[in-house]
Amino acid sequence: MLVTLVILFAVLAALPWLGALGVKGYVLSFATRMMIFAIAAVSLDFILGFGGLVSFGHAAYMGIGAYAAGILVAEGQEDALLGLAVALLVAAGFAAATGAVAMRTKGVAFIMITLAFGQMAYFVANALSEYGGSDGLTLWTRSTVFGQKLLKSETVFYYVVLGCLVACTALVLALTGSRFGRALRASRENPARVAALGYDVDRIRLAAYVVSAMLCAVAGFLLANQSSFVSPGVMSWQRSGELIVMVVLGGMGTVAGAIVGAFAFLLLEELLSLVTVHWKLVFGPFLVLVVLLGRGGLMGFLRGGGRG
Amino acid sequence: MAEPILALESLTKRFGALLVSDAVSLTIAPGELHAVIGPNGAGKTTLIGQIAGALAPDSGRILFNGRDVTQLPAHARARLGLARSFQISSVIPSFSAYDNVALAAQSRSGQPLSPLRLARRDPELDGRTREALAELGLSARADKPAGELSHGERRARELAIALALEPTLMVLDEPMAGTGHDESRRLVEILQGLKRRVAILLVEHDMDAVFALADRVSVLVYGRVIACGSPDAVRADPAVRAAYLGEEAG
Repeated sequence: MLVTLVILFAVLAALPWLGALGVKGYVLSFATRMMIFAIAAVSLDFILGFGGLVSFGHAAYMGIGAYAAGILVAEGQEDALLGLAVALLVAAGFAAATGAVAMRTKGVAFIMITLAFGQMAYFVANALSEYGGSDGLTLWTRSTVFGQKLLKSETVFYYVVLGCLVACTALVLALTGSRFGRALRASRENPARVAALGYDVDRIRLAAYVVSAMLCAVAGFLLANQSSFVSPGVMSWQRSGELIVMVVLGGMGTVAGAIVGAFAFLLLEELLSLVTVHWKLVFGPFLVLVVLLGRGGLMGFLRGGGRG
Repeated sequence: MAEPILALESLTKRFGALLVSDAVSLTIAPGELHAVIGPNGAGKTTLIGQIAGALAPDSGRILFNGRDVTQLPAHARARLGLARSFQISSVIPSFSAYDNVALAAQSRSGQPLSPLRLARRDPELDGRTREALAELGLSARADKPAGELSHGERRARELAIALALEPTLMVLDEPMAGTGHDESRRLVEILQGLKRRVAILLVEHDMDAVFALADRVSVLVYGRVIACGSPDAVRADPAVRAAYLGEEAG
């Protein structure tokens, strides 16, 4: 898995240098978008793959990050660090409050309650008439760093996003490999046993949920900056579902799988929609096949190939 | 007599109309091995659930080291030194035997949830983990995934997990369940070794094991303690013979 990650990051780091080989701005911008969604997928994999928590409202945290960027820029506060801090704090607060309630439920009820909280955030965004309401909000500039318009360059922005992806991946890998992560992974499989060993399972899960929400907010913050636009659509329940599909497609609980899944999802969506407007007719069955044939998602195929 | 490690004070629990614990009172002294026997459906596992904190009693109190823990959740009781084993081996299926035991050792360490300490090959936990595995004869099987152990090894692993918690009280739910004759004898030897070091509440169907190990025996029938005393006294008790042992003795 580490090998996959190193190769992946090396290729991503080299991509902007391939300009001479015909890599256009469009490719760079699309790769940036893929990496942003990969951050969101990695954040979801942390609780879904390692914690067994199927959050069906994770897009809300992308939305919180995106609106933090949008609203602050609209209010004349363009500093990226301020925006990021606000995004992280609001996401952590919303996750702690809603998570504390959601952790009281299990299984399908947990899915439904996270969906409900996600929809709550969605409708709040729709009601923000000062900030575009359902039409959304255009950012007239990207966030600045210490007053400098560093992120304006697509290449610099690309590397900032890559840096965030590497950092998020490293953080999730470190957390899942730690004592905390061992208890989290164990509570996915047998929470009663973990509780009998003296661990407060709900608290462990809530902590993981809050960390995951904060990472997802980073993705939202970057997304708003990239597209210079925020709308409630960023936190629709379909988006939450897409994040789950990315994680499952790539292979749950592998981190690398979440990245591969996000890339594959967006690439297929892009390529198939070039071929036909009915691309979902192809995309749907493809997802079903991957889930049915490869238990471990695309990472499962990679690993199986390695052994053969 | 020293203050008991565990005292149950008229613990009562109903499942609907069914009375599963009927004013159960019993005590366990430090270092004592107290066995609870009774026919199927007598409410033994339910009783363990209440002691461990997985089930809440309807009324009555549970004192652990003199402290009322009736309202404490399971994990808080475990932190106080109460280790529970399960009737059906209950582990983390994808973890090796080593990792299962290390997870227990980690719980007793100073930083059970440190996000900064790498869990694999953690030197602080390694000693206690290997000790517990060795005591149960599982050293050679440490790296086997949970599913690859034999039934007897699974029962031993269940005890190793409880042991790694360094408890003051172990509540064991049928540790011999489903084991063969040799495995049972081996587990009895292991429990003999643990006796006196740690107080044990033993729920067990294997009467040979119970009468070989127990300091005191309580007999539970339809949720009620109908007799409590030394193994010999209980064996001779006419009510017990009628309700339970009688069938076998008869």
